[in-house]
Amino acid sequence: MLSAKSDIISRLKREILPLEGLRATRPESARGLGLDFMSEAFPQGSFPLGAVHELINEGAESAIASVGFIAGLLGGLMKNGGATVWIGNAPTLFPPALKTFGINPGQVIFIDLKKEKDQLWAMEEALKCSALSAVIGEIPELSFTHSRRFQLAVEQSKTTGFILRNSPRALTPNACIARWKIKPLPSINEEGLPGLGHPAWEVSLLKIRNGRPQSWIVEWKNGKFRQVAEAAPAIILHPTRKTG
Amino acid sequence: MPRFVTIWFRHLKTDWQSVRQPTLRSLPFVLAIPDHGRKIITAANPLAQQQGIEPGMVVADAKAIFPSLKIIDDDPSLPEKLLKSIAKYCIRYTDTVAIDLPDGLILDATGCAHLWGGEKNYIAEINSRLTNRGYDVRATMADTIGAAWAIAHYGGSSPIIEPGKQMEALLNLPPSALRLEPEVTDRLYKLGLRKISQFINMPRAALRRRFGQHTILRLDQALGNADEPITPIIPPEPFRERLPCLEPIVTLTGIEIALQRMLNAQSLTLNAKGMGLRKAVFTCYRIDNKVEQVEIGTSRATANPKHLFKLFEEKIQTIEPALGIELFILDATRTEKIINRQESIWSTTGGLEDPAIAELVDRLSNRFGSSPIKRYQPDERHMPENSFKPVVNLLESMVDGSRLTVDGFQWTTDRLRPISLLSRPEPIDVTAPIPDYPPMNFRYRNKLHKIKKADGPERIEPEWWISEGRHRDYYAVEDEEGGRYWIFRAGHYAADRSPNWFIHGYFA
Repeated sequence: MLSAKSDIISRLKREILPLEGLRATRPESARGLGLDFMSEAFPQGSFPLGAVHELINEGAESAIASVGFIAGLLGGLMKNGGATVWIGNAPTLFPPALKTFGINPGQVIFIDLKKEKDQLWAMEEALKCSALSAVIGEIPELSFTHSRRFQLAVEQSKTTGFILRNSPRALTPNACIARWKIKPLPSINEEGLPGLGHPAWEVSLLKIRNGRPQSWIVEWKNGKFRQVAEAAPAIILHPTRKTG
Repeated sequence: MPRFVTIWFRHLKTDWQSVRQPTLRSLPFVLAIPDHGRKIITAANPLAQQQGIEPGMVVADAKAIFPSLKIIDDDPSLPEKLLKSIAKYCIRYTDTVAIDLPDGLILDATGCAHLWGGEKNYIAEINSRLTNRGYDVRATMADTIGAAWAIAHYGGSSPIIEPGKQMEALLNLPPSALRLEPEVTDRLYKLGLRKISQFINMPRAALRRRFGQHTILRLDQALGNADEPITPIIPPEPFRERLPCLEPIVTLTGIEIALQRMLNAQSLTLNAKGMGLRKAVFTCYRIDNKVEQVEIGTSRATANPKHLFKLFEEKIQTIEPALGIELFILDATRTEKIINRQESIWSTTGGLEDPAIAELVDRLSNRFGSSPIKRYQPDERHMPENSFKPVVNLLESMVDGSRLTVDGFQWTTDRLRPISLLSRPEPIDVTAPIPDYPPMNFRYRNKLHKIKKADGPERIEPEWWISEGRHRDYYAVEDEEGGRYWIFRAGHYAADRSPNWFIHGYFA
């Protein structure tokens, strides 16, 4: 009886997901990202592609950690020669370094726009383009309306969007599928080696639609993400269970 | 098979004078220019010619023959102006009209004659129209310009040479009918070759040796074995759409409908020829004689009307219809061949070759200009800030293999490089124990960073053959909070000054 009930619930969940604008990502493309250890936090067990993610950064170090995390993801997304668009305020990225993350720097189109209005417009246009592997926007303020426009765009095009929000003024609810926060951690050295080790971050998934927020300690080693320690206790910001 | 009409104006300049001053019609008169202190006749009207007065005579001699001869000053630039205006008038017969100085017009009448009910009527129409305007003309038609010119000037029973019959028509004409240089004609006459039939079958090599390549060319052009390019007075716009409106258009919706219809028509013609559009101009002619124009460009040849309409959509907002637009013209000012690529079925996201990306770049550059959109390629320079440069032509190199080593340079990956580079290094305060050791801590933007781990130094020298400057010793450092930075010291330690330290980037 109980198993039948859970069957029904899981079937209903599967049916609801597409209605909410989340398409089942093909597992093989999500597996290329190397985030398998995170799978239980995600809806349907795979990193949601074809959706918009936002990354909250406070301070330059955290922003760079987010860039590094995205670069690692892009390396997987662009594996088969795809192109990406990076919309920002001013050129900050150092193209030669992208190579370390498995990205061909020539496949990234940089668009530097000063006005926020222009950035939002460009972001939406780029998200509508189904030929792109991913679109990254450095846009600090994101209103609910814009996030929903982005969401509608990606539902059509199945492109993945990342919004880097550097020191946002307000964290209002929006239509992004996930809210991440990446914090740099002291690098992890190989046994007894001096100097800088492999970059390590504390990756917190603050919010995820139909998933379980969680946080991990991740290092970038030999072109792959790797979980370092046991996952920290899940961060539950909004209790999902209601009583009564 | 092409068909050409040549129109010969026998008395172009004098006819024009008579049209201007009808009293001259019944008088013998000549046009003359001063030359070495005397006056030389350049044109004589038919009445004067009947008196035996020919161009090239001195005015004094002519006056001796006919004392009451009227003399008018000639203007050497006149024929060109006249022919141009008549050529514009002749656009009604065909859209390809060229002027043939000093006294003729060439019309490319291919496929036009049937609109006038046959070639005979076509020629008769041209003759009568121009005669009514007061010009003495002879219009002829043939497969080649050379043959038409020959029978215009040197007769022939009919003004029309049937297709493929130019050889027979030319046989009985004198050599000068071939538009040869005067010296060549003289030489031919001297040799007793008074008809084209006498030398047309001579071996080509012998003709070339005696009379030059030009003679062979003219002969071939008259027979239709060689092309003769003409310069139309209105250069042809190969891809042009016109949409005249019965009622003037004043609304945006109206303009959009017009544009959409024209783009659809144009993409059909473009597709038929396998061409794509790179630049297009949309021109609106208003009823108050003002012209409104918008222009778009694409990064890759395309004939997709939907995409082109999107590009125009932003710009047509600026069109001011005022009292109304009565004519729309869409010109493809730059076109290129579309190179069809094999569509790949499997890859979900194409590379930069994907037309959807070209369309995205078009839309963005249409709105922001092309300067904010960049792609980078490696540059073989030492200093990190110079080690990459924007690709000059954003999409051109995307087309030919975007694996990106445009200049043959490779991205270097052997050294640790920060993911973010500051546009210019910013000074920091540093405490360093001994020379060439990484610093213990540094202060940047009023925050003290205690360094826990460090790599370096990596010395980067400026290129002495390009720029002067001090070398830099770079260290990759990590503070206790896990922030990773790229800092450097400029130059050597010196006793007399404190060393300059800078931060240049962040590691992920």
